[in-house]
Amino acid sequence: MNRGARALAVATGVAFGTALIVYYIVSYLMVAPPVVAATGSKPRVHLTLQTVASYGNPPHPDWVSYLARDPHGKWVHSTVLRVPAYSRVDVTIYQFDTATGLRNPFWGQPRGTIGGTINVDGKTLNVLDPNLASHTFAIPDLGVSVPLKGVGDNAKNQCSVAPCTLAQAHTTVNFSFMTGKPGKLRWQCFVPCAFGFPLGFGGPMQSIGWMDGYLMVQ
Amino acid sequence: MTTIAGERIPRHGIRILAIWLVLTAISVPLIVWVLGPHLPPPHMTVESGDQRNANIVMTALLFPIALLVLTYFIYSFVFFRETSDGIVDGPPIKGHAGAQLLWIVLTSTIVLALAVWGSYTLLAGAHGAGGGQGPDPAAKPPGWQNALPVQVIGQQWEWTFRYPTYGGIETRDLAIPDNTLVAFHVTSIDVTHSFWAYQLGVKADAVAGVDNIAYVHTRHTGFFQIRCAELCGLWHGHMSKKGRVLASSAFQSWIAAAQKKNASIVKYLPKYSRVYYPAPLRRAG
Amino acid sequence: MSATPIAAQPPVWRRLIGFNMLTGLVLGIGGWFLGAWIGGQVAVGHPYLQGTDQNDVGIYMGYLFGVIGWLVGLGFANYPIGRLLGRPPTLRHHETGSWTRYFRLCTDHKVVGIQYLFGVGIFFFIGGLNAMLMRTELLRPVEQAWPASQYLTLVSLHGTMMIMMTSAFILGPFGNYFVPIMIGARRMAFPRIEALTFWLVPAAGLILLSAIAFGGIATGWTGYAPLADEGRAGMDAYVMSFILIAISLTLVGINLMATILTMRAPGMSWTRLPIFVWSVLATSILQALAAPVLVAAMLMVLMDRAANTSFFVASVGGSQYLYENLFWFFGHPEVYILALPGFGIVLEMLPVFARKPLWGYRLAVAGMLGVTLLSFMVWQHHLFVSGMNAGLRPFYMLTTELISIPTGFIFLNAIGTLWRARIRFTVPMLFALAFFFNFLIGGLSGVFLSDVPSDVTTHGSYFVMAHFHYTIVGGLVFAFFGAVYYWLPKMLGFELNETLGKIHFWLFFVFFNLTFFPLFAAGFLDMPRRVSTYAPSLQTLNIFVSASAYVIGLSMLIFIANLIWSLVFVRQPAAENPWASRGLEWQVPTPVPIENFDRIPVITSGPYEYGVPNAPPVADFAPGALPAAGR
Repeated sequence: MNRGARALAVATGVAFGTALIVYYIVSYLMVAPPVVAATGSKPRVHLTLQTVASYGNPPHPDWVSYLARDPHGKWVHSTVLRVPAYSRVDVTIYQFDTATGLRNPFWGQPRGTIGGTINVDGKTLNVLDPNLASHTFAIPDLGVSVPLKGVGDNAKNQCSVAPCTLAQAHTTVNFSFMTGKPGKLRWQCFVPCAFGFPLGFGGPMQSIGWMDGYLMVQ
Repeated sequence: MTTIAGERIPRHGIRILAIWLVLTAISVPLIVWVLGPHLPPPHMTVESGDQRNANIVMTALLFPIALLVLTYFIYSFVFFRETSDGIVDGPPIKGHAGAQLLWIVLTSTIVLALAVWGSYTLLAGAHGAGGGQGPDPAAKPPGWQNALPVQVIGQQWEWTFRYPTYGGIETRDLAIPDNTLVAFHVTSIDVTHSFWAYQLGVKADAVAGVDNIAYVHTRHTGFFQIRCAELCGLWHGHMSKKGRVLASSAFQSWIAAAQKKNASIVKYLPKYSRVYYPAPLRRAG
Repeated sequence: MSATPIAAQPPVWRRLIGFNMLTGLVLGIGGWFLGAWIGGQVAVGHPYLQGTDQNDVGIYMGYLFGVIGWLVGLGFANYPIGRLLGRPPTLRHHETGSWTRYFRLCTDHKVVGIQYLFGVGIFFFIGGLNAMLMRTELLRPVEQAWPASQYLTLVSLHGTMMIMMTSAFILGPFGNYFVPIMIGARRMAFPRIEALTFWLVPAAGLILLSAIAFGGIATGWTGYAPLADEGRAGMDAYVMSFILIAISLTLVGINLMATILTMRAPGMSWTRLPIFVWSVLATSILQALAAPVLVAAMLMVLMDRAANTSFFVASVGGSQYLYENLFWFFGHPEVYILALPGFGIVLEMLPVFARKPLWGYRLAVAGMLGVTLLSFMVWQHHLFVSGMNAGLRPFYMLTTELISIPTGFIFLNAIGTLWRARIRFTVPMLFALAFFFNFLIGGLSGVFLSDVPSDVTTHGSYFVMAHFHYTIVGGLVFAFFGAVYYWLPKMLGFELNETLGKIHFWLFFVFFNLTFFPLFAAGFLDMPRRVSTYAPSLQTLNIFVSASAYVIGLSMLIFIANLIWSLVFVRQPAAENPWASRGLEWQVPTPVPIENFDRIPVITSGPYEYGVPNAPPVADFAPGALPAAGR
């Protein structure tokens, strides 16, 4: 091979390697679910979420998941939520999954919400029987932890494909909390609800976009 | 000076030793008295103080060793380098029994002394030095039967704390009283975490099914940083919060307030136990 | 399967058909699909395999059949099947021929050495890339560059790839290439197994990289159960690739031990054996004994994940201590597998560039063998605060501190060799000297970690990170580059540019220290390992460390540029013995003949007789001319 051919071969190799690296960074490392903004604006906004027993669509049809409703009313499969700083956030969660029960019953008491209570199907509660919890919504950095009551095992018309509609069996949980300074906070579920996984914490419980997410306080 | 074939060979060994002695004489006092008090961990408990003393002793002992090797190497780069362009062989010295023996004796002595001193500190002096000793600690401090037990429960991905002598209440926040012997009972209900209270000098792995006990004597009030020191999954780096050492009276009012605040959940909590095996036992569903 | 005559070369496209890497890839991918399909059939009726959308059985079967397809495609089944069909025995496959022999099963140990050099080299640079990406995340104390699960995968891939690949960093390229030549042999004891140990490495590396497509790895390179049980499907890639590497390590160990013990040339007594070969022998013992334990641990994780066993789940009778002890029983000898070849390399190079015999040869051998023995007795220092039996901690503190004694012998050897020497600061010598500086810091920081009270704060923190990067990178990787600059002229026959080499060295050495020395402070200042968020007060330190790490990456790019420039464009043929070394490997021509020696030489003196007046040559290459003599 003459010098020119060698130079071409080296250049091709370098270009290929660079392309691979760029592809790795852009299509794997940086991938995150889309950001869903809360409706309304400072100082009071509203977040609407739902939890489903099985997502029903690829890539993981059997996984439990959260979904968020964007300001246009569409359900988005994302757990990255945006709220303003120093504001009050009212949250409504439509809970379509049956109860699994809390591993640590301690989280059966709502914490960090305004008034220290939650409103479940119209009733104000300051503690939920931990065996009735299907999921929790918890932002440990803000001290927020809210148990979500499960749908009865024998309830009719249970949902199995996301997004679920209000015609299907569900419980509605309402609560509010205050945000502080701007930051990127994590939130997660504390119920070991990952069906079939060891200790109930594999799969969706370890995946952002399913049962873990970010709260972008801006 | 010795001469070989009329060429004077300087006494390299003496020179190196002299340089090293001077540097050591300067650095060791600096380490012990200037750097020492600032060596971690911060001095909030007896155990963190013991750890800091261990660090001072080892720095003061090991730094001169490093200095000796470095002095020798730098000296050799200056004085033993080949200055011509060619390749010239050096003297064919293959070994020296006396030097080897001296080195073996010195290094063995230092190492054995460190091991003996370290074991003594660990077992007798520092009573475990704040580290987790498992369910059957080998080094229990005097008065351990009356230590304040605080159970630390690691779970994915938060710490909770139970106070068995206060009705078994569970809290999200950790507070302990000043001037008290505290026995942390660290356990986990899922994977392995590690309870690291930096300013307290405490680290104990949180292992499912194991009651890992770490003793600490608090001596100052203030905040301390709690972190997880064993990779436990997605939010491992986020399992951090601040704990507090409160004056005894402040601690009593804190715990009374905590009991009131958490009264509604107490009836659902399992009875206090050294270890827990909550469902799902193996897999969910 | 004997040598193809050079004259009748078939056209390139014909040569592509046959048993080579391409066939291996095709059959490997086919095997993956076959195995995944079989696993799918097995999973029917098992709720935890079907309801989780994560069929671990299918994934493991896919990888297993993929590896079998890969090896069959490369031609490893040909010889056993040929023998079963009655074909005559042979030890040699594809040893002559063109450049294509580097991409197929070739039993020439020199070809395997070069395959290893580029094979592990590629994965070393991929691991390094991951490190640069990790440091990018750590520029700010909050998560900002990559989401948490991708960051953890970066951490896990970096660690796993580096450990897996650097386990063979020196034994692979230089052990395979030079040990037979240095002992006066024509081949290794088991040439086909040698080729197998290499071809398992790209399979393991590709499997590990495939974890990205399966949700990543969240456990770090240590893979602690029960977190490993919980992990996403990427964990299966970790388990599989570690099993393959452990098999490769075991076979390398057995092969090198057999070669060194039984195939030394006449006159190669144990006191004339090059110190590098001694270090390879010590490492081989460690590999053969420790690596199988890793296979056991990985098989247990595999069964916990795929067969619903509970080796490590406490609530149904398992224990995480089982995993920690099995893993670290392998893990601690593993780090000496990484360190010992480094010792051998630098002690091999020092006499050449100091022009003096290796001072205290027997002490060096004793040190290496002492490290080998003691390394099996220290592993519980990784479990000091885990709740292990607290009464055992002083014992492990003692053994861990004791192991610093034989390690220290290496330093005495260096000190003695440099005494009144005539040092030439060539690029290999620079790397060898830097090794001692780095390992000094790394080793002494290990003494801090071995003291249990001090370990209470530093366990699981960046202090440990700095310690093992100083010993592994500052030790092994520096020794590796020294060996590359030292031996590449013999292996590939071309000179490397000295100026670029010196720039690579100085950038790497200075910025390596600037990167990792501050991390001792980070660990002391309450920064745990494997986190992407940290206290804001540590941001300046982390920015400084990240910037220095980028310069390390730059120095590696300069090294790659040097390689490409010297090997592809300049192609200046190297002298046969550019360093004027007395080593036996430098007395053979460049390029090294296929059979290494026309006749097996008789060794007449040791390789370190610099400055000895009237020293005999290291070997007699035409032994028939001399009257028969004893050793």
